[in-house]
Amino acid sequence: MEKVRSHLMLCAGTGCVASGTTKVKAALEEELAKKGLSEEIKIVLTGCNGYCAEGPVMAVYPEEVFYQKLTVEEVPKLVEEHFLKGRPYQKLMFREPEKKTAIPAMKDIPFFKHQVLRVLRNKGLIDPEKIEEYIARDGYQAVAKALTAMTPEEIIKTVKDSGLRGRGGAGFLTGLKWEFASKVPSAVKFMLCNGDEGDPGAFMDRSVMEADPHSVIEGMIIGAKAIGANYGYIYVRAEYPLAVKRLRMAIDQATEAGLLGKNILDTGFDFELDIYLGAGAFVCGEETALMRSIEGKRGMPRPRPPFPAVKGLWDKPSVLNNVETLAQISPIILNGSEWYRSLGTEKSAGTKVFALTGAVNNVGLVEVPMGIPLRTIIYDIGGGIKKGKKFKAVQLGGPSGGCIPEHLLDIPVTYEDIVATGAIVGSGGMVVMDEGTCMVGTAKFFLEFTADESCGKCTPCRVGTKILLDMLTDITEGKGKESDIATLEDLSRDIITTSLCGLGQTAPNPVLSTLRYFKHEYESHIHQKWCKAGVCRNLTTFWIDEKLCKACGACLRACPSKAIVGEKKVPHKIIQELCVNCRTCFDTCKFNSIRILPAGFEGDPNEFLAKTAAGAKEEK
Amino acid sequence: MPRLTVADLQKIKEKYKADFTLREGGYTVKIIVHMGTCGIAAGARNIMTAVMEEIAKVNRNDIIVTTSGCAGLCAKEPLATVELANQPPVRYSDLTDEKIREIFREHVLGGKPVEKYALVTGCETTY
Repeated sequence: MEKVRSHLMLCAGTGCVASGTTKVKAALEEELAKKGLSEEIKIVLTGCNGYCAEGPVMAVYPEEVFYQKLTVEEVPKLVEEHFLKGRPYQKLMFREPEKKTAIPAMKDIPFFKHQVLRVLRNKGLIDPEKIEEYIARDGYQAVAKALTAMTPEEIIKTVKDSGLRGRGGAGFLTGLKWEFASKVPSAVKFMLCNGDEGDPGAFMDRSVMEADPHSVIEGMIIGAKAIGANYGYIYVRAEYPLAVKRLRMAIDQATEAGLLGKNILDTGFDFELDIYLGAGAFVCGEETALMRSIEGKRGMPRPRPPFPAVKGLWDKPSVLNNVETLAQISPIILNGSEWYRSLGTEKSAGTKVFALTGAVNNVGLVEVPMGIPLRTIIYDIGGGIKKGKKFKAVQLGGPSGGCIPEHLLDIPVTYEDIVATGAIVGSGGMVVMDEGTCMVGTAKFFLEFTADESCGKCTPCRVGTKILLDMLTDITEGKGKESDIATLEDLSRDIITTSLCGLGQTAPNPVLSTLRYFKHEYESHIHQKWCKAGVCRNLTTFWIDEKLCKACGACLRACPSKAIVGEKKVPHKIIQELCVNCRTCFDTCKFNSIRILPAGFEGDPNEFLAKTAAGAKEEK
Repeated sequence: MPRLTVADLQKIKEKYKADFTLREGGYTVKIIVHMGTCGIAAGARNIMTAVMEEIAKVNRNDIIVTTSGCAGLCAKEPLATVELANQPPVRYSDLTDEKIREIFREHVLGGKPVEKYALVTGCETTY
């Protein structure tokens, strides 16, 4: 029997594999064999589906039913109900947090419904390890078109007209970059791909490399033709073993099929592609540092100009594009620049992939047209804030970016609008934070990262980030000084204007943007020794409001230092001498009866809180 | 894989068409075999096998087969429903290996419902 009647597209991205895809696949195979369905139902391992929080996930075609949180134990029931008897198995379906009805079809699930897939066009639809499946979805058609029917000038014009901007962070026009490199005469040029994704919480590029490696290769071949390069490297960090494996496999397959190497598709064009493994230094995502790293030298940036388009890798003209940028090239070549412009805004065309993480219900990878409001991403796709808590800020652009507060959530997501808020679109990391987040602590977290990752070549970045970090640490520990806020602002501007590369030029952004929107938190840390979110241990006193306490014993049991006393029907009390300010009781209390007061608080808490609340109102 | 030419890309695309009709939609005929406990007991498994064999024989990419649960008419099992694009679905009852093959030839391939085996037209569809 040759006919296959159903495909089970089981996600084998890093997230789902970690949650058990391999075991689930073995169980499915065993169970299908038991029921005699092995030949008519095929299991296909796909790249990242994007809905990582609920993995392992699987889409069943042709019904398009979506299953999540698969377990080995549930497999027999699933196979019997759905694949044998044709009754989609409700227990494993998606459910909206507040409503309990199961949603069977992928296209009806809010997380997927609002997305428009261009970069991730093949996500969950193809087996990334089979070049034939990529070709079946119009793969390499754009290479065929670019190599046989277009001149380099035509390719560059199409990409330029599309308005595609580099998705790595800076948002430079891709077509313009190609044009610069194409005009520099040289017998040797390089086409490079930046897969050194390093922002904490970002995983867009990894997913593309894992789920659709050929789309990156195809974009590189077209770029190479446009600028006249015959050699290329994909720079990818060694911490992405699955991406490296799939890229290697894809390069081997494409070389065997004559899509890489000498005389591609018998058109006379040569392009040789290799992978270079990075050791995971954040600064190597900066283009000049990345090129030094490929040359085998220590990954450190150098001043520009000369720009890489003139003097890049081994001092030859080079173009470096981000993974997501390259994955968009082939549809642009096939469908034209007007098609690409049909989504997005005038200056920010097309779609952008975001890695949505943090305190949202639906964590995962989302691709949306540029220009949609942040609120849609966080509330409609992300399903709102976890546990019904209040939104506080969303951090965009990783360590180079900034925080956007509640009142700006309706701004459209475009390069210009986001920059105006003090954040950046960046590579697309989007970390949502709820009311329990300390903004000084958030700035400190990112500074810890950049201070650690600073390569040390230029003084403003090497010393400046360390001083910023020390000041932030002091503030969170209760040692903040009156003059700190002004010094932070001054120093930040100095670091931005005098640093050599993008790392230092953007490192103070988290400080500046939290100061811009959450200055009052810095002030209460410094003046009142009060971390209102209850995160900084030295700046809190926890107190139970006895009028609200239901004496349920939950906090009493949860307290790790046995600092809470009380019994049934007797309101509980915190013994301050024993309390370690860990906030466990605050997070445990279901009745909102625990209050966070300044460090070493004395006096009447009720009176104090009422006064502060009134003061805050007046200020508004 | 041998070295490819531009024409080969198209050939590969054609070859994989059946797989992607399943995943992307775009089928023109959907055959539903009702496989509830009653259906399976009455021989629905053989009906399914027969359908799959017939499709393999004609090598058509645009026909898909799915299963569904008990249709509520347990006495008339095995049941199957044939849906042609833009036509009301037709449900057939009391099927046998020969009957379903005849339906396949006449209705699925020929476009004419086989009235003598038909139970009803215009029934509900599954998701």
